[in-house]
Amino acid sequence: MDITSKQQYVVFEMDKQNFGINIQSVQIIERMKSIMRVPKSHLAIRGVMNLRGEIIPVIDIRRLFNMDELENTEFTRIMILRMEDALVGCIVDKVNEVLDIDPNQIEATSTMHGKIDSSYIIGVGKVIDGDEIVTLLNHERLVEVAFGINE
Amino acid sequence: MDMSQYLQIFIEESKDNLQSLNENLLLLESEPDSEQVINDIFRVAHTLKGMAGTMGFVKMQHLTHSIENVLSEIRNGKLHVTSDMVDILFQCLDALENYVDQIIKTSAEGQEEYKELLVQLEAILKGNFAPAAATAPVEAAPTPSSNDGESAYVLPAEVEYIKKQAIDAGLNVYKINVLLASTCMLKAARAFIVFSDLEDMGDIILAEPNAQEIEEEKFDQEFMVVVTTGESVERVKEVIMAVAEVDGVTVEELILRASSEEETKEETKEETKEAAQAQDQGQGPQPAEVQPEKQHTPPPASAPPASAPPASAPPAAGKTNVAGKSVRVNIDRLDTLMNLVSELIIVKTQLEGISGGDVQTNSETNYSDSVEYLERVTTSLHDAVMKVRMVPVESVFNRFPRMLRDVSRKLGKNIDLIMSGEETELDRTVIDEIGDPLIHLLRNAADHGLETTKERKEVEKPDKGTIHLRAYQDGNSVVIEVEDDGRGIDVNRIKQKALDRGDIPREVVENMTDQEIMDLLFRPSFSMAQKITDLSGRGVGLDVVKSKIIALGGNVEVATELGKGSKFRVRLPLTLAIIQALMVNISSEKYAIPLNNIQNIENINSSQIKLVQNQEVIVLRNQVIPVVRLDTILELPSSDKDDLIVVVVRKGEKQVGFVVDSLIGQQEIVIKPLGKYLNNIHMIAGATILGNGEVALILDINTLV
Repeated sequence: MDITSKQQYVVFEMDKQNFGINIQSVQIIERMKSIMRVPKSHLAIRGVMNLRGEIIPVIDIRRLFNMDELENTEFTRIMILRMEDALVGCIVDKVNEVLDIDPNQIEATSTMHGKIDSSYIIGVGKVIDGDEIVTLLNHERLVEVAFGINE
Repeated sequence: MDMSQYLQIFIEESKDNLQSLNENLLLLESEPDSEQVINDIFRVAHTLKGMAGTMGFVKMQHLTHSIENVLSEIRNGKLHVTSDMVDILFQCLDALENYVDQIIKTSAEGQEEYKELLVQLEAILKGNFAPAAATAPVEAAPTPSSNDGESAYVLPAEVEYIKKQAIDAGLNVYKINVLLASTCMLKAARAFIVFSDLEDMGDIILAEPNAQEIEEEKFDQEFMVVVTTGESVERVKEVIMAVAEVDGVTVEELILRASSEEETKEETKEETKEAAQAQDQGQGPQPAEVQPEKQHTPPPASAPPASAPPASAPPAAGKTNVAGKSVRVNIDRLDTLMNLVSELIIVKTQLEGISGGDVQTNSETNYSDSVEYLERVTTSLHDAVMKVRMVPVESVFNRFPRMLRDVSRKLGKNIDLIMSGEETELDRTVIDEIGDPLIHLLRNAADHGLETTKERKEVEKPDKGTIHLRAYQDGNSVVIEVEDDGRGIDVNRIKQKALDRGDIPREVVENMTDQEIMDLLFRPSFSMAQKITDLSGRGVGLDVVKSKIIALGGNVEVATELGKGSKFRVRLPLTLAIIQALMVNISSEKYAIPLNNIQNIENINSSQIKLVQNQEVIVLRNQVIPVVRLDTILELPSSDKDDLIVVVVRKGEKQVGFVVDSLIGQQEIVIKPLGKYLNNIHMIAGATILGNGEVALILDINTLV
């Protein structure tokens, strides 16, 4: 991948914080649908949903980030991520926009502390014209932890 | 006259006719005096002959005609049916099958005339048929069903023909085995260089594995080619050794008919030694793969009979068959499909009417009605199309009796094959793939599982060995079992073998359960080692069986009892399968229970539940049945109702009652997998999409019982 070129990120909101996931891995964004709970699955798994005839698992990002449960709102969306050979849905509070972020504008975050496990975070991206700050997420790690892989 | 439009029909019907000939011939052998059977055979053979003649397949017609002559004599009572005679007739059927295969590939019947078979049929007619000669043509005419490795040196008929021509033209024909270095990364590329070098010197008439497989790197370190060239053995060797990362080459000159094995053997040995050394240096990760004994590495099943003279015919690799795949469909299912499509058209018209501004009626309700209707129709349509794809396993099973007859004749064992559940349906794609693994398991059972007749007498078993082949639907999978009543597998010997090999630490092996040890049989190259140390030989190529079944999303297990027999159980998931299920409510959620697991449904009062050793049970018709509260297991809030509904399911001998909150009803559901991230949740076998688009989970009764 060309390092100097800008990358596009889908920016979504969780508890008023902005997060970004590389647009390359986002298949589609769906409105909230009915989700069937799967017993004995990991805590962060909300259940499974029907995406055009395919059954795909859905992660509750709030549970993964140790945030409080929240009722669905009209903004609640399911972001469908494309993993290597499967699709995975993520419930997010709100999807805001798609942003171009220059790799030079991404800072490492090793010194930051917070509720969110720092291994999920690639860095913090700043948008040049504007004072927006976006926490960029490593979605692969996110999915791994959610399903309890490589623990 | 152009016959190509009839080709598909011809192929389909010929296959059917051959299958029915095979079946009837088996019958004839067991009841040689049945007039009905011989008449049936005669009639079918006659049809086949007529069709082949109409299509202009002269050789095929000729062979069928000769068969017919023999049959006619049998019918007239002039000949008496013997097993040797049936052998010959079966070989003729194989030959006919080869013709059909050839026709499928090239729409021509090929060059082979099966003269030996014709001669033998003639001999039978004349009454001077010598059974001793009967075994000879088995080797001469390689059949799809007799590919067990011994025939590796026998070239396919067309290649044999080209070879003859080349030798007549004064060229040399070499069989060349090339061994690539184990460190070689781009095997396909190296092989390609070897190929192009060889093509500079002459023509490649056969490659094993075939060109396409080599291109896709579907081979181990070694491959074989047969070339015609004017160059000497030394020169060919020199050229190939000049290619980088080639570790060893054996060149063997092929001479007409009586192959010069004696002459070439020495050379072969010398070369493979060299190869083995090279392998040692390269620390050989797969020692079993390069054993010098293993001359016929690639299974001859892949011997491409399609390789044709390079100039006259297009290369067979990558070429699709002339005739496509087809599925036979019950006319009822097609009618359903047809009805649904006409309903679809009605909906379309309705919707057109609405958008066309037909305002006389309340268009609002009309629209939603139509959409709802459309939804129903499409769901049913989906189901119907899925059903069309389902094929009974019978289509795979029906060639096994014949195959086992051949095997039992060859091994001199008396074997009974008992099949059941042929009507069990599987998706077409699975059906196509499952044949080979099953053949392997059946052969294993016949060859290694069952004892010889003598041994059986000694242990006081009936002379006749029995192999059961069963298919049945078990919850959300189809299970196919191959069970023999032979000698069983000795767990301790496998254990010892594993220890001897030493690639698994001793303490791991020591702590393995019997089941885990049995699973070692499926490890790659485990079997090879077994063969060398002259163990039972059981398990040759079981790793191939396993990998194939896993590729289909299934698994295979083995159960055995020493001295009593062993059972291989292949479990195939019904990824596309449709099952009947009982939909139930548990707390606020909906679940599906596969109907074929369900024994009965009972209304009971909570006071009827008793505690036995801390386990809740109910007594039903004098049987004590443990009760499982599904809401607790599924981590749902439990209800404290007095009137309970208990769904009693059965798995084998065991019965368990599941407490559910209410019943919704019976429904046909399409099983969908939960995907790789959730496949570790054992009590859920999959999910299904309900009519309203919501998801319901399917309970896996097997793990819950």
